[in-house]
Amino acid sequence: MRVALFLTCVNDTLFPGTGKAVVRLLERLGCDVDFPPDQTCCGQMHFNTGYRDDARPLARRFGAVFDDYEAVVVPSGSCAAMIREWYPSLGITPPAGVYELTEFIVDVLGVTDVGAYFPHTVTYHPTCHSLRSLKVGSRPLDLLSSVRGLTLVPLGGAEECCGFGGTFSLKNPAVSAAMCSDKVRGVLDTQAEVLCAADNSCLMHIGGALSRQRTGVRVMHLAEILAATEADR
Amino acid sequence: MNSFVGMPSFPEASSVAVGDAQLRHNLRKATHTIRAKRAAVVGEQPDWAALREAGAAIKDRTLRHLDVYLERLEAAVVAAGGTVHWAADAAEANRIVTDLVKATGETEVVKVKSMATQEIDLNAALADAGIRAYETDLAELIVQLGDDWPSHILVPAIHRNRAEIREIFLEHMADWGRPAPPDLKDDPRALAEAARLHLRERFLSARVGISGANFAVAETGTLVVLESEGNGRMCLTLPETLISVVGIEKLVPTWQDLEVFMQLLPRSSTGERMNPYTSMWTGATEGQTFHLVLLDNGRTSVLADEVGRQALRCIRCSACLNVCPVYERAGGHAYGSVYPGPIGAILTPQLRGMAGPLEESLPYASTLCGACYEVCPVAINIPEVLLDLRAKAVTHGHVGQRLAMGAARRVLDSPRWLAVAQRSAGRFRRWTPKRLPGPLSAWSDTRDVPVPPKESFRQWWAASR
Repeated sequence: MRVALFLTCVNDTLFPGTGKAVVRLLERLGCDVDFPPDQTCCGQMHFNTGYRDDARPLARRFGAVFDDYEAVVVPSGSCAAMIREWYPSLGITPPAGVYELTEFIVDVLGVTDVGAYFPHTVTYHPTCHSLRSLKVGSRPLDLLSSVRGLTLVPLGGAEECCGFGGTFSLKNPAVSAAMCSDKVRGVLDTQAEVLCAADNSCLMHIGGALSRQRTGVRVMHLAEILAATEADR
Repeated sequence: MNSFVGMPSFPEASSVAVGDAQLRHNLRKATHTIRAKRAAVVGEQPDWAALREAGAAIKDRTLRHLDVYLERLEAAVVAAGGTVHWAADAAEANRIVTDLVKATGETEVVKVKSMATQEIDLNAALADAGIRAYETDLAELIVQLGDDWPSHILVPAIHRNRAEIREIFLEHMADWGRPAPPDLKDDPRALAEAARLHLRERFLSARVGISGANFAVAETGTLVVLESEGNGRMCLTLPETLISVVGIEKLVPTWQDLEVFMQLLPRSSTGERMNPYTSMWTGATEGQTFHLVLLDNGRTSVLADEVGRQALRCIRCSACLNVCPVYERAGGHAYGSVYPGPIGAILTPQLRGMAGPLEESLPYASTLCGACYEVCPVAINIPEVLLDLRAKAVTHGHVGQRLAMGAARRVLDSPRWLAVAQRSAGRFRRWTPKRLPGPLSAWSDTRDVPVPPKESFRQWWAASR
């Protein structure tokens, strides 16, 4: 199956490892992955801050680049939600086949065991837009539970927002940091080695605090765990 | 009570609140308790989704034909012996109520907990006219005795714990009537008993009662108050004169419509299947006088906004406050209004207009996590309204932010410029600053800055494929 990868600007610029992992994972699952080079950003930052006139050309670009693909895979819950939920309010109809990564693997490919091996203790943060906008439900947990060697520990207060919220983290830094502290406390209480999520923006925020506080807990995008196999050992 | 006029912006006020350890502890404990109770009683209702849809639909229909239903309500109230007054704004409502109380010759009134009278700051207006208003809801009493501000719609003293309440009672009850016993303990029973004895004197002596209403049924002109303490029933029945100040959006057309909200409201607000006291009254009882003051105060301008008007569905249950992670850390006072939390963040800028730094900052007082929308019993899409208000907020001022956003868009709308930016970030990655400059320092104050990779994904893709 031919799929287009919309990696998102944040992943492309700061977290290329996530992109490589998605490519590796989808190719292992039999997909033919394309990365259209004219892609850039979904426009979420501009839209969420109120700059709709700046968001609109970015949304149009997304449409122009991805309209002809049957399936577009997005390894970010909030960008996928931006496209599917909010493009219409910009007067733009999103392409029909836009899937968040876990939706694509579970619903389109019909797979929950992706043949991964990851011998570590992991906890999972569901991220708000995956949870409440896309309603991905248990898909990420089903995928993680099928990873060999992986011990999945539940995160207390998992469904609570981590406090990132895009420009919220800059406009309301005190409340954002307070929310992040509670999330960090939840993560540390699990004693997991790895905090996993399907959105690197949230992980950049929580991970930035985990690293600042020298907790020794690392953050990983779900794709990187699902891409890992015995061959990596 | 203090007024909310001239409040600092949300980020400023909330950054102080975040540092208040007692407040953080009180709020966390209280909101998590109510949150769990709500989840339990909503979970046991198999048709909750249908009820919620019905609630939203009834409110939307009522708002669409508000003029018709308001006149129907007026006619029914008048037919039942009541008098109806129309108030365009807070000043007019306060003037009407003050004149009505003055006409009775009384200088004291007892009050049922009411958001509308808080919104117009009625107590201050009455005080200016030499009339003392006594709050009779336990939490409102705590707020009033402490010369404090409400910080929650349902539990206005949520920011206080029982030790603080004991202090307030001991220090201030005597100024308002029967003092608290000097050996008062801080257990809930003792505190409630002290309040009960203090309030009982008021109920028996007051000749004027002032209330709001949760609902007004247009077909019969019936007003409805839901409460937990029985103080409302005392205020609504004992005094000779009853004055009710009610927002025009509180209407429901029929009793059949009311039935839906009688299921939605208690479960969403107190987390109970049914609230302990529901009072319903139609017009005036013989020997008594009833005045209904219908309050606009910005509501018709909210109604004119296609996206924002859904905020008028609100039944003031406060479920959105109890699940909001921002409210839980910032507390209610930071919202600078009697309507705090997510609903306040969309209601206050609409009712007052985005006039000052506080009103302009409120649409940004959210991470858009969507927990509020999920629990709202009338399905107000709060994130949608927040986003719409943000788009309105940036149409003037914010020069620095506008320039930064414009520059970011120009880079992001060009794969070529994006690649240039990525290559330079990669080349100079060793010099990535630990502390970011300007407004970005808000990031690096509490989090490490991500170091850009040597090559971006698109560089890797171009080189390897």
